[in-house]
Amino acid sequence: MHIPDGYLGPYTYVAMWIIMIPIWYYAASRLGRELRSKQVPLLALAAAFSFVIMMFNVPIPGGSTGHAVGGAIVGIVLGPWAAVIAISVALVLQALMFGDGGITAIAANCFNMAVIMPFAAFYVYKFISGSTDIMSSRRVAASAVAGYVSLSLAAACTGLMFGLQPLLHSSPEGIPLYMPYGLNIALPAMLLEHLLGFSILEALVTALIFAYIQRTDTSLLYEESRGSRKIREKKAIAA
Amino acid sequence: MDTIKKLFIGLLVLVVFTPLGLLAVGETFGEWGPEEVKDKLGFVPPGLESLSSLWSAPLPDYAIPGAEDSMTVAAAAYILSAVIGVVICAGLLYLVGKRIARD
Repeated sequence: MHIPDGYLGPYTYVAMWIIMIPIWYYAASRLGRELRSKQVPLLALAAAFSFVIMMFNVPIPGGSTGHAVGGAIVGIVLGPWAAVIAISVALVLQALMFGDGGITAIAANCFNMAVIMPFAAFYVYKFISGSTDIMSSRRVAASAVAGYVSLSLAAACTGLMFGLQPLLHSSPEGIPLYMPYGLNIALPAMLLEHLLGFSILEALVTALIFAYIQRTDTSLLYEESRGSRKIREKKAIAA
Repeated sequence: MDTIKKLFIGLLVLVVFTPLGLLAVGETFGEWGPEEVKDKLGFVPPGLESLSSLWSAPLPDYAIPGAEDSMTVAAAAYILSAVIGVVICAGLLYLVGKRIARD
């Protein structure tokens, strides 16, 4: 899912930078307002985890390889805005140091994996969890579905960006200048390999880590930490 | 031991096992090099060709350039890459995080 340099033409990659710069700015300013020092190790751990989990390439039938992103569990645990920062740090390092994902495509890759994923995962998880108890097994299932849906959405968005290139950038003779495959090929290719393969892996990774945190320390979860803060604030006002 | 420490140990275990990710052979859709694109299409789209060499990463594809043949070296380079990733990602966010945290 890491789009390399040369696959997106300037219309797309410049547009993605224009979209991502305010998102990064807002995410960073929220982090500056909300981050407490107790949460710092978790933020650091989340970025490192996302970096490492993406190195586990797995094959799927059909000769393709890919990986989970970890964006779903990071979104659920840290909350979506902090997740934007954590996953973006991993993706920028992958591009600069390891050539995994292009330099021009950093913003596009961050949009797909560091914005779409944690936001989709967080809200799918919240929607399915509803008002169930924090220890409810329904929340584990919710995290699995969140992992599955969020990576599939990110893959669809990547396929969309790929598939638009022949429409946006072709020579007058009709020769594609960047990604040569259009929507009819790129979108189903990206979507199917994730729906049938990598998204299942993301679902498993998400549920496994969620269940572990749920059983050991729910105070790490974004919703819980915010909830307890609200209660503390109420108590402070009452006192 | 608190949960974050245990999660961190879990991460270190993952780092040691990263070379398993090298066993998956095959291509990834949309991540072909220019030569692979040429094999598929018979030509390389001109924009793709010129942009693809824009950046030379120090450890391209989590490997040491020129030492890709040995599986042992590749596995060691892969683990080293994971360690670099963990140290920079976690280190950067830890230091910046501690600086900006509100309490």
